[in-house]
Amino acid sequence: MIRYVLRRLLLAVPVLLGVSLGVFLMASAIPGDPATVLAGDTASAEQVEAIRHELGLDQPLPIQYLRFLERLAHGSLGESTRTHREVLLEIADRFPYTLALALGAVVLSTVVGISLGVFAAVKRGGAGDYLTMGIAILGLSVPGFLIALFGIIIFSLNLHWLPVSGARSPASYVLPIVALSLHSAAVKARITRSSMLEVFGQDYLRTARAKGLRERLVILRHALKNALIPISTIIGLQFGALLGGAFIIENIFGWPGIGRLAVQAIFNRDFPVVQGTVLVAAVTYALVNLAVDVFYAWLDPRIRYS
Amino acid sequence: MRGSIRASVIRNEPAVFIDRRPNAFVSFVQRARRSPPMVIGFILFTGVLLMAALAPLIASHDPIAISVGERLQPPSSTHLFGTDDFGRDLFSRVVWGSQLAVRLGTLSVLVSVSGGIVLGLMAGYYGGWVDQLISRAFDLIFAFPALLFAIAIVAILGPSLDNLIVAFGLFGWAGYGRLIRGSVLSARQREYVEAARAIGARASRVMARHILPNVIAPVIILSATRFGAALLAGSGLSFIGLGVPIPQPEWGAIIATGRDYIGTAWWITAFPGVLIAIAVLGVNLLGDGLRDVLDPRMRD
Repeated sequence: MIRYVLRRLLLAVPVLLGVSLGVFLMASAIPGDPATVLAGDTASAEQVEAIRHELGLDQPLPIQYLRFLERLAHGSLGESTRTHREVLLEIADRFPYTLALALGAVVLSTVVGISLGVFAAVKRGGAGDYLTMGIAILGLSVPGFLIALFGIIIFSLNLHWLPVSGARSPASYVLPIVALSLHSAAVKARITRSSMLEVFGQDYLRTARAKGLRERLVILRHALKNALIPISTIIGLQFGALLGGAFIIENIFGWPGIGRLAVQAIFNRDFPVVQGTVLVAAVTYALVNLAVDVFYAWLDPRIRYS
Repeated sequence: MRGSIRASVIRNEPAVFIDRRPNAFVSFVQRARRSPPMVIGFILFTGVLLMAALAPLIASHDPIAISVGERLQPPSSTHLFGTDDFGRDLFSRVVWGSQLAVRLGTLSVLVSVSGGIVLGLMAGYYGGWVDQLISRAFDLIFAFPALLFAIAIVAILGPSLDNLIVAFGLFGWAGYGRLIRGSVLSARQREYVEAARAIGARASRVMARHILPNVIAPVIILSATRFGAALLAGSGLSFIGLGVPIPQPEWGAIIATGRDYIGTAWWITAFPGVLIAIAVLGVNLLGDGLRDVLDPRMRD
């Protein structure tokens, strides 16, 4: 197991390097010369050249990338062109809020998705199955931001149960997490149903029934445990969807996370902040998938040895 | 078929092979008609396509013409869906919006499919360093969550319909590319591909004639899913101002303008919202139906 974890950690290195390369290329793909922008309209050609040299923009791209990595290793992502604060500090203030949103949505969507999926699989072909899968495909089709808006109309403006925006009280987490979870819960319900149905056909399930186990135990301990293997992969992949979705949901609820920070930075053309938020989100995504892979190996010992 | 051969042998005539199986399209339609998701999805999706194609005829007003005197009017006989905060006719905006949606879905899928097919075929067929290079590029794309990738592209290129198409299209390269690469790797082992190469067929011919037809079904199924995903992501990004800019009648952008009036003018958010849901539901059902019909192995 330890050997597997080490090997998997090693495999994460190229992915993380790839992410850093992607984010670095993003900056160099931006049209316009950052030195000219920083220097302002009144700067002379010499001043622009000086800034260019200072930023290392007169170096070839590979050298620039190495310097970017070096700064990254020292924990620096540059400073915001708007607030002149270190980008990592800006992100550190807000990241916990995004993480709380995403993790809350992971838990909610997984619990709801797996429960609905198991229910539909058990009731296969019956009214309960059709109803659950009907709800699931609706959940796949209605945009989360629309659910967010209707949630605000019903629960905030009319019933006054939940706040419209911000992250000041536990109640303010409810609507954003629900709106973010919906799509993911639908995906998980569908995957759970089909992997449960696949497991239902296996011999060991017939054995479990034949030895007289109660149906409840057969489904939960024997079927679901095996069906969890494909489901856990989806949980990891869906975490990426939830992180991306948070970038939209945060902007509806005035949520103080990195998604709102990123979108505001895009409007302000504050590229170091945009770069930083994309990098942090992608690295988080890679680390979560690493964790899922390790969990997966623990769940299914066959993976460790192949 | 066997019966006719035997008869011709008995009568000492040259055997003529007549393929009496119904042709592929007819049997596809027959199976499709028995799949409820396929039928409902087809109806909804065709409805959206027709709305897009006939927008100039259906729309009662100019979708971007401002009429300040008629702002925020509820649905009525002159303004079926009411008007927005600039007095623009919402029905006409929603109808024209279907054109933007269909363009976004179709073009982003086309960009994805064409890039994915070329790269996936090259990676799978040539192997070696070509495969390494292309596969690592796919890994790089997949390191980013889809929506984050799109936001990064929009941050660089600026918000517009074309840039959304570029962002979703590029991301799709990796999805289709991996799918096709995998199919090529398994097809390459088959006898018919070996036979084609043995008689001297060029690589491009082997790929186009012998490998590609075998991967069409999963590509079509994936395309339905991607079309729906593009509509959802596109409207979401337009909603927060990173997609199609106002005053274009993009559904998500219309909903964004209605956000300030959700307490008083519900129609600005409700109608485009319902249209997005119908369009995406249609294409998702179509995808589910196609999966049942085209790929029996993937059936539950």
